Amino acid sequence: MTSPLEQKKIKLTGPVVVTANRVGDGAVVYRQADGGWTTALSEAVLATNAEGARSLMAAALTDDLRAVGPYIAPVKLSCTGELQPGNLRELIRFGGPTIELPVPAGNCAMAPRAAVSAKAAATLFGQ
Amino acid sequence: MYVYDAFDRTLVTERVEEFRDQVARRLSGELTEEEFKPLRLMNGVYLQLHAYMLRTAIPYGTLSSEQLRMLAHVARKYDRGYGHFTTRQNIQYHWIKLAELPDAMADLASVGMHGMQTSGNCVRNITTDQWAGVAPDEIEDPRVFAEIIRQHVTLHPEFSFMPRKFKIAVGTAERDRAALRIHDLALQLHRNADGEAGFEVMVGGGLGRTPFLAQTIKPFLAKRDVLSYVEAVLRTYNQFGRRDNIYKARIKILVHELGPDSFAKEVDAEWQSIKDGTLALDDAAVAAIADRFHYPAYERLADDPPQLGEARRASRDFDLWLGNSVSNHKAPGYAIVTLSLKPEGGTPGDATAAQMDAVADLADRYSFGEIRVGHEQNLVLPHVAQRDLFALWQALDAIGVATPNVNLVSDIISCPGLDYCSLANARSIPIAQEISRRFQNLDLQRDLGRLHVNISGCINACGHHHVGHIGILGVEKNGEEFYQITLGGKADEGATLGALLGPAVPYGQVADVVEDIAAAYLELRQRPDELFIDTVKRTGVEPFRERVYATR
Repeated sequence: MTSPLEQKKIKLTGPVVVTANRVGDGAVVYRQADGGWTTALSEAVLATNAEGARSLMAAALTDDLRAVGPYIAPVKLSCTGELQPGNLRELIRFGGPTIELPVPAGNCAMAPRAAVSAKAAATLFGQ
Repeated sequence: MYVYDAFDRTLVTERVEEFRDQVARRLSGELTEEEFKPLRLMNGVYLQLHAYMLRTAIPYGTLSSEQLRMLAHVARKYDRGYGHFTTRQNIQYHWIKLAELPDAMADLASVGMHGMQTSGNCVRNITTDQWAGVAPDEIEDPRVFAEIIRQHVTLHPEFSFMPRKFKIAVGTAERDRAALRIHDLALQLHRNADGEAGFEVMVGGGLGRTPFLAQTIKPFLAKRDVLSYVEAVLRTYNQFGRRDNIYKARIKILVHELGPDSFAKEVDAEWQSIKDGTLALDDAAVAAIADRFHYPAYERLADDPPQLGEARRASRDFDLWLGNSVSNHKAPGYAIVTLSLKPEGGTPGDATAAQMDAVADLADRYSFGEIRVGHEQNLVLPHVAQRDLFALWQALDAIGVATPNVNLVSDIISCPGLDYCSLANARSIPIAQEISRRFQNLDLQRDLGRLHVNISGCINACGHHHVGHIGILGVEKNGEEFYQITLGGKADEGATLGALLGPAVPYGQVADVVEDIAAAYLELRQRPDELFIDTVKRTGVEPFRERVYATR
């Protein structure tokens, strides 16, 4: 996936959100309508045109204390209206590595988020 | 083992406290990310897809058991219970929190470890042969010179802001186990006709989007001149290397554009002005560093003790492991043991905290408390008495690091890829895992023989795909993962860049293609002992291309 860090022009082909990494722990976060950040994609604010996306980005860039490296990421809407990551890179950011981690969740003081299964990746991206 | 002195310990400890202050200022908002980023990178702290990543240097791949236990402790306390050994003899933690980083670094500093020189446009962690000091084909221990250079360049102001990063490797053995020619600067020790040892100096190697093998600019350099000559190379690069274009900033581009002869002339002009100054190494200076490398007090033992033969006859599995993972040692009665971090279906280079602790205990019991890390992402116990091999094998097998696949098709070198890395275009680890599963039959692996598969998830080539016998490069096409395959690369003393096999194939076909390549090799080889790499060299890639693309 082309790194969004190289994002220069805003060209939308579908709905987008603004995402970044949380300063304290690097966790993936999404911009909310009230200017906050959330780890839940379902709580992110959507932009459906370039102007809206640009506006979200401009606000996110001023929030350097809470989130690092904001950029515009594609999302999909499922048939039930649920927000889903729009490409594999975003799916991995959202759900974690597509591989089983060496130490399963629960065996360590800081358990990883549930990893995206290969099956989930295949379902979403046809692999 | 190299023993740090008070100066080293103070430097590392002060660095931690400096970083603690920087982190506090970042978290309070006093520092912006733009201001903080170069500071964290100077300490090996990256921001990846999901979290911060801490890269910790393992200079020349040498670890004490105490250090390995500390690596396990950091994995357990601050990360998610595992670490990833890289192709540059470092370890990476992928889930670390910014606020906890100073404490993690303080713990690492308590055993002399740190993240300096693992990021940024400085001289990076200097790598060498993981068999340093024990290899039978070695002229002398390469770590002495690696350490001399490390001491000189660490935090050296002139070499902290170079055009780009700068990777140095040192080799002193007949066989190149350090992938010398893919480094910005490589030093290879030889003996001349008079029996004197001196370094061949190679510059301008590197992979990435513009791969080059290093060119020799000095065939024989007296050992006394190593530091001054390295300094002259660095100064020449600093002066002429491009800073206007990140893709053309590595020394390989400079050497290519100037030509090795012209580059060598520039270096020589610089070197003449400094070679007899303070950087000239006298014997006493070298001896002072060498004296701080402590070697085990080996027992006087004979090779092939009777109990070893008995164990081999009693256990086929042990015999197979011995033939695959155990190598000759320079001391009679001892052996070098490679611990495979490539279990079937596993992530290449990953080790859990429990495995690290167990290996540290086994190192204490069987290897004079010493462990090595190789660029192939495996561990090594460098000083094992042959009489202990059977007991050691049982213990290693119990913790999952005795898969007898060293140098075989499932001993895959792989970067973390898109599962972790923010630069990646495609996943690497699941590709490695699938190939490993396809070739789970060890008899087939042994039949295929020496076969190196290298996988990179992007053009930056951390998985060294250009020099894999089979190289796999992940690319993105219209939002989907595709993989380019190269054949015939190798990173040893006859280093070669691989040739492209054909059009990139989608994610789901990569393991099929590798199976096709393996099948083609079995048909094409002239004898069972003709290695894969030699068959490719003899035939070229065309017969492999025909086989792979005939039905695609």
